[in-house]
Amino acid sequence: MIKQEALIFEKSVPGRKADILPTCDVPELSIDTMIPEVLLRAEEVALPEVSEIDTIRHFTALSQLNHGVDSGFYPLGSCTMKYNPKVNEAVAQYRGFTGVHPYQPEQTVQGCLEVLYQTDRMLAEITGMERVSLQPAAGAHGEMAGLMIIKAYHQHRGDTKRQKIVVPDSSHGTNPASAAVVGFDVIEVKSNQAGGVDLEALKAVMSDEIAGLMLTNPSTLGLFEKNIVEIAEIVHQAGGLLYYDGANMNAIMGKTRPGDMGFDVVHLNLHKTFSTPHGGGGPGSGPVGVKKDLVPFLPWPVVESGTNGYYLDGDRPLSIGRVKSFYGNFLVVVKAFAYIRSLGAKGLREASEMAVLNANYIRVGLCEDYELPFGKTCMHEVVFSAQKQAKAGVSALDIAKRLIDFGYHPPTIYFPLIVKEALMIEPTETESKETLDAFIAAMKQIAREAQENPEAVKSAPHDTIVGRLDEVKAVRKPVLKFSQKV
Amino acid sequence: MASYLSTTGEEQQAMLEKLGLTSRDALFADIPVAVRLDRELALPEALSEMELITLMRELAQKNTDLDSCTCFLGAGAYDHFIPSVVGSLTSRQEFYTAYTPYQPEISQGTLQAIFEFQSMICELTGMEIANASMYDGATALAEAVAMAVSQTGRNEVLIANTVSPEHRQVVQTYAHFKNVRVREIGFQNGTIDLNELEALCGAQTAAVIVQSPNFFGVIEELSRVADLAHQQKALFIASVDPISMAILRSPGELGADIVVGDGQCLGNPISFGGPGLGFMATTKALMRKLPGRVVGQTTDHDGKRAFVLTLQTREQHIRRDKATSNICSNQALNALAATIYLTLLGKAGLKEVATLCLRKAHYLHDRLIATGKFTPAFTAPFFKEFAVIGTTAPEGLNKDLLGDGIIGGYELKKAYPEFEYGWLLAVTEKRTRQEIDQLVEKVVKHCD
Repeated sequence: MIKQEALIFEKSVPGRKADILPTCDVPELSIDTMIPEVLLRAEEVALPEVSEIDTIRHFTALSQLNHGVDSGFYPLGSCTMKYNPKVNEAVAQYRGFTGVHPYQPEQTVQGCLEVLYQTDRMLAEITGMERVSLQPAAGAHGEMAGLMIIKAYHQHRGDTKRQKIVVPDSSHGTNPASAAVVGFDVIEVKSNQAGGVDLEALKAVMSDEIAGLMLTNPSTLGLFEKNIVEIAEIVHQAGGLLYYDGANMNAIMGKTRPGDMGFDVVHLNLHKTFSTPHGGGGPGSGPVGVKKDLVPFLPWPVVESGTNGYYLDGDRPLSIGRVKSFYGNFLVVVKAFAYIRSLGAKGLREASEMAVLNANYIRVGLCEDYELPFGKTCMHEVVFSAQKQAKAGVSALDIAKRLIDFGYHPPTIYFPLIVKEALMIEPTETESKETLDAFIAAMKQIAREAQENPEAVKSAPHDTIVGRLDEVKAVRKPVLKFSQKV
Repeated sequence: MASYLSTTGEEQQAMLEKLGLTSRDALFADIPVAVRLDRELALPEALSEMELITLMRELAQKNTDLDSCTCFLGAGAYDHFIPSVVGSLTSRQEFYTAYTPYQPEISQGTLQAIFEFQSMICELTGMEIANASMYDGATALAEAVAMAVSQTGRNEVLIANTVSPEHRQVVQTYAHFKNVRVREIGFQNGTIDLNELEALCGAQTAAVIVQSPNFFGVIEELSRVADLAHQQKALFIASVDPISMAILRSPGELGADIVVGDGQCLGNPISFGGPGLGFMATTKALMRKLPGRVVGQTTDHDGKRAFVLTLQTREQHIRRDKATSNICSNQALNALAATIYLTLLGKAGLKEVATLCLRKAHYLHDRLIATGKFTPAFTAPFFKEFAVIGTTAPEGLNKDLLGDGIIGGYELKKAYPEFEYGWLLAVTEKRTRQEIDQLVEKVVKHCD
């Protein structure tokens, strides 16, 4: 039986502990003979006092309150919640990967460096880039590094006026946020009727102050930007660079490449496209790849291959610098490397083809029940609007919550911002036809309920450990840590 | 080759028919012909699971792992013991295959674990609030600088050059693109030079940054730094080793405005430097400036206690270019490992780990000095890491030791050229007296 779990602090019993550590085998000097008392803590840290089985039971109970990809369908748009292959988890646990210090002599870490170097080469081929840095820890971090590279490139050429980055109004929130972190001003351009970039609006904002354009292709509407060649031309002619937000790369592997479309910089999300698990919010990995002219600006160090094996090249005078300690989220890279080696070129292409087929199957399956603002072939995800249901008082949020009753994780809602009552569904390639059929049936039932029995939808979810939360209270009276008094 | 697809050819055909299509290729008609890839990607041949395992074993075996040698290398990444409980729990799929907990009704496990993590970080650092974790200690520090700049409206920060070199490099990268000036403060006897700090700290200073124990392992006098910073209305940012917090006075108690640090040492394998986690804690006054995810406690419609991502108006998906940061994830699984580690070790256990590190580090230090081949680089108190000065450059020594299965200390001159013969050694609770004695014996043999 699944039930609510007390906080670990509430389970604490004074004096209880798990005996784990060996007895001290060196002289047991008194602490204050080594550190002056003024630097020492007077009161002990109030960590929980529990036994080993208390710990196991507590976190096992917590895990049971979660829905993971292995629990069931997880069509969270833009997040690519595909199956995370178990062999990748297993190989990433080899001590030859987990038990290696980042400052060990290079000759003792050749396997690690080989994984990094080969992943760089393979991701470069997949994206049509020259080199890829694996240092960024997440997608947003990769964006930041990529924008730094763009800024450094312009500055190096003495083109210091370029302080503005253009983003479409359909873009991920991280795009403008990353641009701001790198000290750029952000210009938003509107989308056209078809959900693509409005070419005239784009031309109108181009000037010698534009550093570049950030674009997700397929867009956050799940649509391939047909005018990509023209867009690239417009931006390049104005002296800007093109940045590819790789969030939606799962749609196009082996079908087309950002580099061939004209992009100069790309970031990928290994935790989306390349099957590494999301971990409940991380660790991810956000490699940044660049065309040849931009290679000198990549974060240092870069792994190179020489006559004596692989080595870390830190002598990169034009580099933007280091964006993270050491060499990135290495174990995540190991899993992505294993994934690419397992699937190969054909496997990756088929993964994208099936991701797109699955999304279109849902599109066609639901297009009569839910409004499809852009009613054409989508790529790996499909964006519906719940406006029809909203008229009956049922919002996208209500529909999302009702889906939980059917055992599904809800889709992404209210994004992209340019679609009212958006429901963004990304099934991924690993789901079966019967899973999609069952999901379509559930969505149809909810559409019917919205008309016939809206209360059933608005009061959902019905079977979860907690019901809908008072989020306003959480903001108004923030309780952000355990305290004995509360 | 492996395939993780679930549909048969026949099912695919049926699906295509429903779409009125005859091939999967037709789904990609929107891609302009000019940019379509007309070949397969040039990638190595696909491998079956058996072949993949063979390849990965071979790659892993090309590395020397810390189980097959004895490690005295630290310098920001530490070989601490990880109880079996940690991996057993973090490998539960409900934790590792889930996404960011956007739907609280089916994510209470992750949310409550993060709430417990935040509570523990507050306990350790002596601060009022903490976020759900950062990429690592270095980026946490860089984000702390951005917070201080935003809060004070000033754009210069002073950073002790006893702060980890990699952390300073990351701060420098972030700061450069924000036009923030970073000035380094030198050291005296291994701790920040307070006279230099006093001279440079002024009305333009957004923050003063100190690490303790610092890169040399030395414990800084945080209260004096806090006073100097606050006299100029600058923020005081401290970066700490969370294990040391079991015995040292917390920076919160000593007046810190923001406390960050690297949490790899809390139950996360060293993993060639990642993934680990960073943590960040601050005061209520700076709550709205905090970057990253934050979990709060609330109730559901029946009044049951529940947890939820909160204070989201700081974040990018709402504020876009006005957000406090672009970060939209945390190192959730690594923070979970840290939470499990801190739970299992608990109040007494963490203090035991800290005390073991302290005693073993001092044992090695005293034995090395007693050989007469080394002098202490500093006389200031240290925790689990310390610097000594030898009679020659340490490369030869490290090379010899490696031949004997020992990974020696960090060669200080890599980051501090003034210490040509400097050697930085870390001793965790994992090192036994026998291993330490063996190191001393080999060192003496090398020096003779």
